[in-house]
Order: sequence, then C-alpha cells, then structure tokens
Amino acid sequence: MATHVQSHALGEAYKRKEDARFIRGEGKYVDDVQLKGMLYGDIVRSPYAHALIKNVDISEALKVPGVVAVITGKDLDAAGLAWMPTLSADTEAVLALDRVLYQMQEVAFVVATSRYAAADGVAAVSVDYEPLQVVVDPAKSMQADAPLLRPDKKEKQPTNQIYHWETGDREGTDAAFKEAEANGVVVQQEMYIPRIHPAPIETCGCVADYNKTTGKLTVWMTSQAPHVHRTLFAIVAGLPEHRIRIISPDVGGGFGNKVPIYPGYVCAVVASLTTGKPVKWIEDRTENLCSTGFARDYHIKAEVAADKDGTVKALRVYTLADHGAFDAAAQPSKFPAGLFHICTGSYDFKKAFVEVDAVHTNKAPGGIAYRCSFRVTEASYLIERTMDTLAHDLGKDPAELRMQNFIKPEAFPYRSALDWTYDSGNYEGALRLAMKNVDYEGLRREQAEKRARGELMGIGISSFTEIVGAGPGKHFDIAGIQMFDSCEIRVHPTGKALARIGVQTQGQGHETTFAQIIGAELGMSPDDIDIEHGDTDTAPYGLGTYASRSTPVAGAATALAARKVRDKAKKIAAYLLEVGEDDLEWEPGRFFVKGAPAKGKTIQELAFAAYTNCPPYLEPGLEAVNYYDPPNLTYPFGSYICIVDIDRGTGQVHIRRFMAVDDCGTIINPMIVEGQIHGGLTQGLAPAMYEELSYDENGNVLGSNFQDYLIPTSMETPHWETDRTVTPSPHHPIGAKGVGESPTVGAPQAIVNAVVDALAHVGVRHIDIPLSPWKVWKVLEEHGLTGD
Amino acid sequence: MIPGTYDYLVARSVDEAVALLDQHGGEAKILAGGQSLIPLMRFRIAGPSVLIDINHINSLEYIQEIDGTLHIGALTREAELDQSALIRERYPILLDTSTMVADPVVRNWATVGGNIAHADPANDHPATMLALGARVVARGPAGERVIPIDEFFTDAPFETALGSNEMLTEIRIPAPAERSGGAYFKLERKVGDYAIAGVAVYIILDGSGNVSYAGIGLTNVGQTPIKARAAEQSLLGKPLDDANIHAAADLAAAATQPTADTRGPVEYKRAMARTLTVRALHKALTRATGGE
Amino acid sequence: MSTHHISVTINGTPYQGDVESRTLLVHWIRDILGLTGTHIGCDTSACGACTILVDGKATKSCAMFAVQADGRQIMTVEGLEQGGKLHPLQEGFHEEHALQCGYCTPGMLMSSLALLQRNPNPSEHEIRVGISGNLCRCTGYVNIVKAIQYAAEKMQAAEQVPVGAEGGE
Repeated sequence: MATHVQSHALGEAYKRKEDARFIRGEGKYVDDVQLKGMLYGDIVRSPYAHALIKNVDISEALKVPGVVAVITGKDLDAAGLAWMPTLSADTEAVLALDRVLYQMQEVAFVVATSRYAAADGVAAVSVDYEPLQVVVDPAKSMQADAPLLRPDKKEKQPTNQIYHWETGDREGTDAAFKEAEANGVVVQQEMYIPRIHPAPIETCGCVADYNKTTGKLTVWMTSQAPHVHRTLFAIVAGLPEHRIRIISPDVGGGFGNKVPIYPGYVCAVVASLTTGKPVKWIEDRTENLCSTGFARDYHIKAEVAADKDGTVKALRVYTLADHGAFDAAAQPSKFPAGLFHICTGSYDFKKAFVEVDAVHTNKAPGGIAYRCSFRVTEASYLIERTMDTLAHDLGKDPAELRMQNFIKPEAFPYRSALDWTYDSGNYEGALRLAMKNVDYEGLRREQAEKRARGELMGIGISSFTEIVGAGPGKHFDIAGIQMFDSCEIRVHPTGKALARIGVQTQGQGHETTFAQIIGAELGMSPDDIDIEHGDTDTAPYGLGTYASRSTPVAGAATALAARKVRDKAKKIAAYLLEVGEDDLEWEPGRFFVKGAPAKGKTIQELAFAAYTNCPPYLEPGLEAVNYYDPPNLTYPFGSYICIVDIDRGTGQVHIRRFMAVDDCGTIINPMIVEGQIHGGLTQGLAPAMYEELSYDENGNVLGSNFQDYLIPTSMETPHWETDRTVTPSPHHPIGAKGVGESPTVGAPQAIVNAVVDALAHVGVRHIDIPLSPWKVWKVLEEHGLTGD
Repeated sequence: MIPGTYDYLVARSVDEAVALLDQHGGEAKILAGGQSLIPLMRFRIAGPSVLIDINHINSLEYIQEIDGTLHIGALTREAELDQSALIRERYPILLDTSTMVADPVVRNWATVGGNIAHADPANDHPATMLALGARVVARGPAGERVIPIDEFFTDAPFETALGSNEMLTEIRIPAPAERSGGAYFKLERKVGDYAIAGVAVYIILDGSGNVSYAGIGLTNVGQTPIKARAAEQSLLGKPLDDANIHAAADLAAAATQPTADTRGPVEYKRAMARTLTVRALHKALTRATGGE
Repeated sequence: MSTHHISVTINGTPYQGDVESRTLLVHWIRDILGLTGTHIGCDTSACGACTILVDGKATKSCAMFAVQADGRQIMTVEGLEQGGKLHPLQEGFHEEHALQCGYCTPGMLMSSLALLQRNPNPSEHEIRVGISGNLCRCTGYVNIVKAIQYAAEKMQAAEQVPVGAEGGE
C-alpha cells in the first residue's frame, strides 16, 4: 500500500473529468428526467404589456383530451401563493390576479398528460383583457403623471420609483467638479446599456415530484443556487425544509438566468402537491427571452473631473435603472444596485459619488444577470468609455492616460473612494503586456497611414477591475442568507476521496478544478477525488454559482477543508511514525520525518490507518468540512485591446484582432481559465454588437426568439487571443480570484472604444451599443464618411 | 412550441402530389424542406390541415446543364448547390445565393423550389432568379406550364402565380453567355438571418464591352422580391464604368420600398441596396471578364 | 387527427412507434425513445442543439416531423461511440476542451461529423462555416474549431471512413 502518488500541483491543464458523459450525450439535464406518471405543465401568457384581467375562462381547456387541471391566479391566491417575494425585497406575481404588467406574463398553468396536450390546453384558455396605457420609457415612468404600475404596493411605494440609492461623498465630489470646471477638465458622457438576456442554450425548467406518502418534495431544477432555492421554497410554500430536496442535475448554461425563482417552478410544485404526481415544466425559448431575468437596462450619465494634464480627480454618476414590472434583480440584498460602485475602476479617483434611481416599466422583471458580477459590467463600461472620452478630449493616447491614472501596485490593499478595498493588482503590467502583444505603437502608426487614405481603423482599450467572490457575511446575503460557501471531504480507507461543495456548476468545470484544489493540498491525483454538488440532501449548504464566486469562496472552503484533512493525517502520521508532529515535514502526498526522509507515510497509508489503526485519542475516519466566510471580495483585472476596421459602405464593424490579458490570481487549470475567457469574450462581443432585447411603444418584445435575438455564431466570433499575468489574492488560501465574468465585464467597451477611436478624428465621441451596422453607418453618413 | 394537428400524406411521384393537391383544394400545402413551414407551424402562425410530403420524390433532385439551359429540380437541396462543381464553375451567382440561405444544417433540407415558391420577399433565390431571367415549370392536373420568373411573383407577399393544385417541378436558367457574369450580395446581421438587403445582378457584355443584358433583383427591401427594371434599363448599351454603375445603383435604391425594423431604418436599407448593387455589379463585371 | 405507424433505424437499431403527424422528430427521439442526448434549445431552428443525421444529412430534428423519418436511417450522438471506442471527434472535444456545459455538444458533434464526412481536411474558415448552424454560449467556438481540426487529423492519419457514413449501420 506504499504507493507514492504523482503530485498534481495547481496550474495543470488537467483534462475535464465531466466530459465523459457530455461527449456521449449522457448528460442528465432537467428535461431528461422521466418519471412514471409524469404530467406536463405549460403556461398561458398575456399578449398585452399592461391590461386588466376581466375573466379567465378555463372551461374549454378542461375539455381538451389529456388536460388534467388548470391553475389560475385565484387558485393560488386561495393558498396564499399568488405572490412571492423577490430577491430584491419586492413581491412578484406567480400567476396574475387582476392585471398583467408585461407581455408574456404568466396568467394560468395548464397540467396535462403530455407536452402536446398541455400546449393544446394553453391554446384553449380564453382570457378577457382590458388594455391599459403602456409605459416602456423609464424616464416617463418616473414622471408624476405616469400611470401607477404597482397599485398592489401603493401604500409602501406610491409611485413607479422603486428606490433611490446613493453612495460616496456628494459634497466632496461636487467641489472637485467645481474646481475642475474652473481650472481643469470636465468630461461628461451619457450612455445607454440596453436590456439583454443571458439566453443559455438550455432554457429554465423543473420536474416537481411530491410524494404523498413520505411528504417529501423533490424538485429537479435548473438552479444555480439549489440550497437557497430550497430555503425559499420552505419559507414561501410553508413546506418543512427537511422534506424538500432540490436537485440541480447537469445545467446547460446559467449566466445568471437560473438564479431567480420563476412562476413556472412554483406552479409545477403546486401542481405536484395537488395531483400527487410528478409535474414537468420546461419553458420554450420565446418564454425564456420574454419573461425570465433580463440584464442591464441602465441609462447612465457619467462625469469625470480631471486636471488639465489628465490626472483624474473625481467621478460622478447618475443612473436610471429600468427593472421592469417587478424588481426581481438577483443581488446581495443590501446592495440594490449590486456592486455598481466599483465604477471608479482601475483608477485612483480621490472623490466619487454615485446615485441610482430605479423604476418600474411594463417589461419583464429582473435586472441583474448575464455574467455581470452584480452590475460590474455596467460599472466597467461607464468608466472605460468615459476615460476614453477624456483621452480624446485631451488629445492624449488612451493607453497613456490609463497608465497615468492607474492605482499603483504599491497602493494595495487599496481603499477606493467608494469604499471597496481592492486586494491586489498590477494594472500597468497587464496593459503593457497587451500592448506588447499587439505591437501597439505599430498599430497607431498603421492607423495614421490608413486614416490618411480614408480608411477607418480603430484601436480600443479596456483596463478593467473586477470585483467578485461575494462575500463577507456581515455585508453580503442573498434573501438574508450570508454568502459563505462550503466543502465537505471524505477520504475512504483505500485512499480515494469524495468531496461535496455548496456551489453549482453550469459548465465551469468544478468536477475537475475542485478536485485539483484538493489534489494539490493532499498530493493526490484529481482522478482519485470525485466532486459532487447540486443535491441539497447531500451537499453542504452553499450559496451557489454566479458572480464568479465559486473559486473565491467555495474554492477557499475546499482548500481549507483539505488542510483540515491533512492536519488530521499529520496527527496519524506522528502516531504511526512515533514522532512529534513538529518532527514531520510534508511533500505532496506524504509526511516524512525531518532528516530521515525514507521514514514516511503516504496520504493513502494514513487514510487506511484512520480506519484500521487510528490513534486512540482521535476520532476514527478521515473527513473534514469547512464553511468559509470570506474576509473580503477578490479583484481580478485585465487589459483588453481590440482592433477594428469599419466598412464605409455598410457600417459593418470587422474585429481584426482582440487581445485579452487577464489576471485572476493563482490559476487552478489554465485550460479551463482560457475556456472561460473565450466564452466570456463572446458574451461581451454579443451585447457590443448583436444582442438587444427591445420593446416597441406598446410593450411588444422585439427580439423574442433566436431569429431576432442575435446570438453570435462561429462566423461572427473572432479568434480570441489570450495571455495572462498572475497577481495572487493575498487573503485567499490559494491566492485565486475567479475569472468567469472578467471577459464579459471587460470586453464590450474595448470594442466600442475601438469603433469610436476609428471615428474620433471627425469628432465622434460615443455610439450606444449594440453597434449595429445601420447605427454605425448613420454616424458615417452624418460625417460624410460613407463610401462604396 | 408545439404545432397544431394536421393530416400527413406522402406523395411518391409528381403525379401523385398533383392529384392530392387537386383533391384537397386550398387546404393542402406541399411539405418540401419544411425549414420555413415547420417553424411557422410550431408558432401556430401557419396551420394547414393537410401536408403532402414530397421528400421521397428523388427524381426532382437534379442539377443538369442540357442544350444551353441549366435545369434544377425543384426539390434540389441548397446544400447540393453549395457542393456542385458545375454551379461553382459556371453559375457562381447561384453559389453566392445558396450559401447565404439560413445556415448549413438547414440547407441540407431546404429546397431551391421551396425558397422560390414560398415567395417570402426575404428569401434569397427570388432576387437571383429575377436577375437571371429564370423560368419555372409548374405541373397541375391539366399538365405542365412554363412561367417566366417575373410573372411568377405577384404584387402581394407570399403569393405566386401557382394555382392551389399546382406544384413547382423545375427551375430553368439560360446557360452563361460569353462575357457574362453574375453575383449575389447579401448583407445580414449574422449567419442565419434574413437579409438587411440583398442584391443579385447578372450582366452580359457584347463584343465592345457594352451591356447587352442586365438583370437586377432585390431581396427584402419591399413587399415582394423586386426586379429593378429602371436600373436594368439604364445599363443597356453602356459600358460598366463607375458612373454607369453608380447611376444604376441609384435607380435600384429608388425601386425599393423597405420597411423599418430592427435591421435598420428605411434610409439605411435603401442605401444598402445601392451599395450592394455597386459591389455586385463590380463583381459581375470581374466574372464577365475572366476574373474570379 | 391522424396517427401513423413509423419504422426508423437509429444508430443501427430498428425502432417502431405510433406517432401523431404533428409529433416533432426531436420529441419522439427524446420523450418516447428515451434517447435524450439530442437537446432542444430554441423554437426557430436557430440553435442546432437538436442536430442529428438523417440519411447521412445533418438535420435539425426540431424542424422535421417524426412521420417524415419513416423508413429512414438516423444517427444521434449516442451512436458515435462504437464498440467502446470513442469517435475521434469525441476525443477531440475532450482533448481540446471544446465543451463546458455540454448542452450544445451533441448537436455540435453531429454537425462536425457531417462536415468532416463531406470535407475531411477543412480550413479554419470552412470549419467555422460548417458549424455556423450550431450556437454555443460557453466556449466562444475557438476550442471547438481546434477539436474538429484534431479529429480531422486523426481521421486522416487512420484513413478510416468516418462512422455513420451510411447512417449508422
């Protein structure tokens, strides 16, 4: 049994353990769950964006062959379930009672013996609507004469405005601006970040299975946070929490879409409770785009005050946030605008002030999703755009202006003007590497030559700072539950391990990376460590995977749990080798006696001993659990450089090259990190140039399916180039920061900056995303730059 | 998205298909590739009570050049055009067009005949067929008739000269003359999208390099596929120099009646019809004078 | 409402069933036959998650009725591995990290197979065209291109006829 196992340090491009089932089509996603006697649910939805419901006639639907039941808002109301709390202290209709507030809002739930019968049942439900005036413009919704959209909460909130939130030093910032107006430079930039949708290829859905005999409710669910969902089901539905089991099986992409609780889940649970049969509800793509949690929809005014030489002094931001009909935004409850106030970014602003007004409109509910790190996408966009505008106004090179203003490496840990303590950073290092990789000087020369010939070439930089790993329990909670995370490790007698974690992969590769973390701590092969998560009956309580928190929080818990295992193994080693613990040294996979390296015990031998020859003063077995309350967030960062050429005849933007330098601290698996970056860059390209979930003035969704909601294919997506710097997080047990959302945070503005840069010489200062060809062409036309 | 119910019938020959169409009057639709029809049925926007599956009529899949005419069977899949050496070498405008239809998987089933008969002004082949001066063959209970393409599309969208008991069996295109060239340019937001605007151009030059034939068809810039007649006329008897190309492009743009949508405002679509006409004419000229 | 009795060969195995004329092929394969490797991702035949081979042709099975498959040969992702041996494409996807959540992967594999059957040595551009009917939200396509290149090389080296050329007998 004296096997000396090859060590697997962090930083190995270990091939993924989870691939085996996916490449064979043996993944198990929610819609793959088939249970005996299973019924199917489908939802009747409102065609109107704003209307009173006069009547819901289900009589014809009940006659459709195969239809078993139709649940309406009134039925739910009798059980106190017509409304449910959101993650942002609002309430949301499960099934509409007296009115609908957005197109495609849920009105009734048809239960049938087959998918097809359920659809026929939906078509047979007849609803009488009385249309009301539609409000889709958030600015209009803020006005006193706007129709009140939420009479249900008018005592608490008499207008459409949900909240006003502010942070920072208003007076100090205003004073700095006055000073800059007199003796320096002030730059103002208005920008709109339109509504988009995470649109994972797998839509949302569940199978709810209530067992009348045992009183146990099992729900297979597309969930990024199964434990939180279990607790919420317990509280909202009044079911005993130990009799609820949420299983997040394989999840086909999340990106924040699978964090909220949707009416479909609640209805499926109710239907299963009442019929005693399993009920499957799977939404289709149109339902997914039109009714589940959207992202962005921020109308921003950003201002920077600087010295004449370009040294920034103050940042002032006003934002109007459109949350749709219900504020169902998913973010830590004490931060209604998420982590938006990271918007001072990578720059040393002395003063800053941010305010956000949030308002209801007749659109789908939500607000925070799509790989955004809780509004960091919005924050990073505004500062990187505004810095570029400042650079152009001053006639300074945008790279130079950034270097001048970067927080210096020696300033860390750095307390920002908006009260975040950045753990570590080397912003100049990342930007210089990116510039070197693309030959920045050469590109600027090329641009000048091309410009002289009338060709439009642009170079755009984005030097972003991310903020992830929520977070310290004192400040960060989801629906009241502190945002710790967890890992439980059990090592078997023959030296193999099973670990369970509280986070939930939707493609991030946890079965591999978390095995690598444990493998590195214990000197074991990741092959010998299996990772499980997603089943709330067995996994330790965790807050789930979103906002790039898995590695910073659960990864820390995992390393620390592994160290507890190693600590116990050390005690066993001391006992077996008959020395004191202080006489032992560790090399990956083995404790040995100092000065007598041949005398040692492998981790496998120690595991065996834990069950067969355990020291009498220790508990037998070899397992450990850690619940980790992070001391701080982590701050990944990077610099991206995008090079574009604009077709003067059509306004099409061609991305010639995109160089992404990322720093996520310690890298667990470079292959997986790179894959995350490729995917995130593509989801940064998409909002910059293609995706937009817009509404017409009647509240009709434009972009309600994949014909009009433009997900990039392999043809639109450039060949991404990536590089790395490594600046570990000083407070994280393995120095890792997380990386999944860095590219969505950093990329869009690199592209916009490039396009604006291509046109800056004729005075163009901003173009709102998405940079559709018609929009760019219009700008060209206004400046006499169109061609053949 | 679940379709409504319908009756499914299989036709194993053209005669059988025609007989079934005749039997069911306007209630029946031909199911060829189904790549446009089935999605519409899933949204319950289309709800034919009868579908006649013609996908087993393999005798309708062919690409043959015989005696100065290219014959394309109506059931020929777009993918077959994509992969045909004959098309690539002698009819590159058709390759330009087929490779722009939807995406490569859809193209395995989508048919040239279907793309034309569906008469969606957003479909790509109609403009190309208009530019080429194609003819289509229709078969009905009374027999066969040949319809010139510019009489095939009516002035209403999704409507053709086909009777409800007729089906398209073949498309005929004149073999390329000496000094002829064509091109199809489609501006799309992404692969798989309908055109923001599309322009098909086919020209024949005479011995002096002047245009003796000009065909210009426009995609998705009006209620129907558009034949830009004034633009075509403007080129006859003239060389394809920049001035004439621009003049024709202006006329092509003027012939459009675009609808504003998320692809762009009217002004943009019109401008793109112009830009693409310029580019297509240049490309056609290159091909007509021996280039690629 | 008409129902039909259909006989279809899938991955070399004969299947029979009674279906409504409106039953989509993807629903029959998944819900009735239990071959859940093929996935559904949209309602406009855009995403390609449902891609299978029908008579050797890459096909979006959400845009075909089950009745249309009567008498035809189908290959799904479950048919790629033969005799316990992974197809070079499956190997390539694993080696090159061309999948993350795995949901688009079956359809992507089938489109890639069809591509390599037609064009055994595609350029990067040809690969990107070939998979442009399949959406992926996770990978950004870079590694999928590499995976297909890996498989093309492996298949050419082995000079093996790609599995399923005749539809999976």
